[in-house]
Amino acid sequence: MSDQPDPKRRVSLQILGATLGASAFAYAMEPLRAWSKDLTMEQFLQKHYKEMSKDELAKVLQRVERDTKESYGATVTVKDPKPLPGVEFGYALNLSVCIGCRKCAEACHVENNHDRRTNNSYIRVLEMDQGTFDLERGTAQYAHAVPAPGKYYLPVQCHQCDNAPCVKVCPVQATWKESDGIVVVDYDWCIGCRYCEAACPYHARRFNWTKPEIPAEQITTEQGYLSNRIRPQGVVEKCTFCLHRTREGRQPACLEACPTGARVFGNLLDPASEIRWVLENKRVYVLKEELGTRPRFFYFFDE
Amino acid sequence: MKRLLPTLLAAALLAGCGQPEQRHEAAPAPPASSGRRYPVEIHIPPKLTSIDTGKVDALGRPIRAECVSCHTARRPERLPASTAELRAFHQGMSFQHGELACGSCHVVGAQDTLRKADGTLLPMRDAMQLCAQCHGPQFRDYTHGSHGGMQGHWDLSRGPRLRNHCVDCHDPHTPQFQPSNPVLPPADRLLPPAGPSRPGFTVPRLSQEPHR
Repeated sequence: MSDQPDPKRRVSLQILGATLGASAFAYAMEPLRAWSKDLTMEQFLQKHYKEMSKDELAKVLQRVERDTKESYGATVTVKDPKPLPGVEFGYALNLSVCIGCRKCAEACHVENNHDRRTNNSYIRVLEMDQGTFDLERGTAQYAHAVPAPGKYYLPVQCHQCDNAPCVKVCPVQATWKESDGIVVVDYDWCIGCRYCEAACPYHARRFNWTKPEIPAEQITTEQGYLSNRIRPQGVVEKCTFCLHRTREGRQPACLEACPTGARVFGNLLDPASEIRWVLENKRVYVLKEELGTRPRFFYFFDE
Repeated sequence: MKRLLPTLLAAALLAGCGQPEQRHEAAPAPPASSGRRYPVEIHIPPKLTSIDTGKVDALGRPIRAECVSCHTARRPERLPASTAELRAFHQGMSFQHGELACGSCHVVGAQDTLRKADGTLLPMRDAMQLCAQCHGPQFRDYTHGSHGGMQGHWDLSRGPRLRNHCVDCHDPHTPQFQPSNPVLPPADRLLPPAGPSRPGFTVPRLSQEPHR
């Protein structure tokens, strides 16, 4: 009848459009509904470790220190030591002398601020029958005096593989290999999908099912952003050869705890290092060599 | 004196433990540093010069008696052939160290020294040289840092290192490690709690359980 559209129709279309727009906006903002008390805007907007500037990183380190103070009541120092130039770490373990006492696992538990309730540790010591090499038949649950007759002990931790399956499967690049050979995780970038845990042939990664429980007085206060700071719930964590210690020239905690001196750590690029002497003069092998992971963790025997 | 032992060790190594050197020529140089090297010291265990009396002082600290505090007053005519002959001192000592007898290492009238096979007398703190006479491979490995525990730095341009003495870990009279209970049992949520070892307690084997 008239060329002009019905004003009522026009208004309804506007209302419909506005409603659809509002719904779309609400849907886009949906993740915010899952906002939890544990996640601040600062954390939400935090960049990937490799993309942070020095200032941004400094702020993040301060934030982690602040959060640890709030959640755990402990005053800690979080640093971010960088890989040393001319250094590539290697670790060797003498199976002839390891007695399976698990002191290394305990030292790891303390040094790396693991959840106290689960006795978590980056080191799993397997008790194996002498003459066998089937890891599936080893047990970490032994509870008798060690060394037991007819057994030997195989401590397994992250092998810091040069061809690391865990790094390849990460969908968000939250884990990578540093220039000194250490495979690290940005615990603030990890989404907890656990692909890396499944990919690791050494079962070396751990998942934080719950928020770690540690009494304030037991927290190791000297912490590294990529290593032993208390990890949040829902992320994967792993051994970093104690990079907060080793990048300052110190020995890893597990080595210092070993009562038999079974562990040898050092710079693979230094021809005069102890680790190189072991690799050149001992019978050395790596675990699951056939997988082509090229580990930096070696096992050796005495004569 | 603390510098003396490493020097002696190095000298002994050069004299007797020369290893064929295999070096990768292409390897890059170690990190550039000021060239300063911190020392590697060897811990001197108190049990080389004193003995635990089994008593504690008012603060609960163990009381140790210096060897010479008794041995200056009493000097045995001869050393016993075995621990069974001990009457006045060190009764009940366990001894499991091959075919050795007391006199293999100890000296009558000089209880604070040890005697090497060639007759050289050593102060107690240098006992490692005595051990090295028979345990050459272990001493060689020790000298190359692959035997014996340590504390401190892997990078000696950044800090010192303290190494264990043979006697820190091995009782010279019963040098083999004695069985001990492991610490920190795993408390995996999917596994039954690992209790203390008791008769009839069987340890679940991973292979008998479903894969996780």
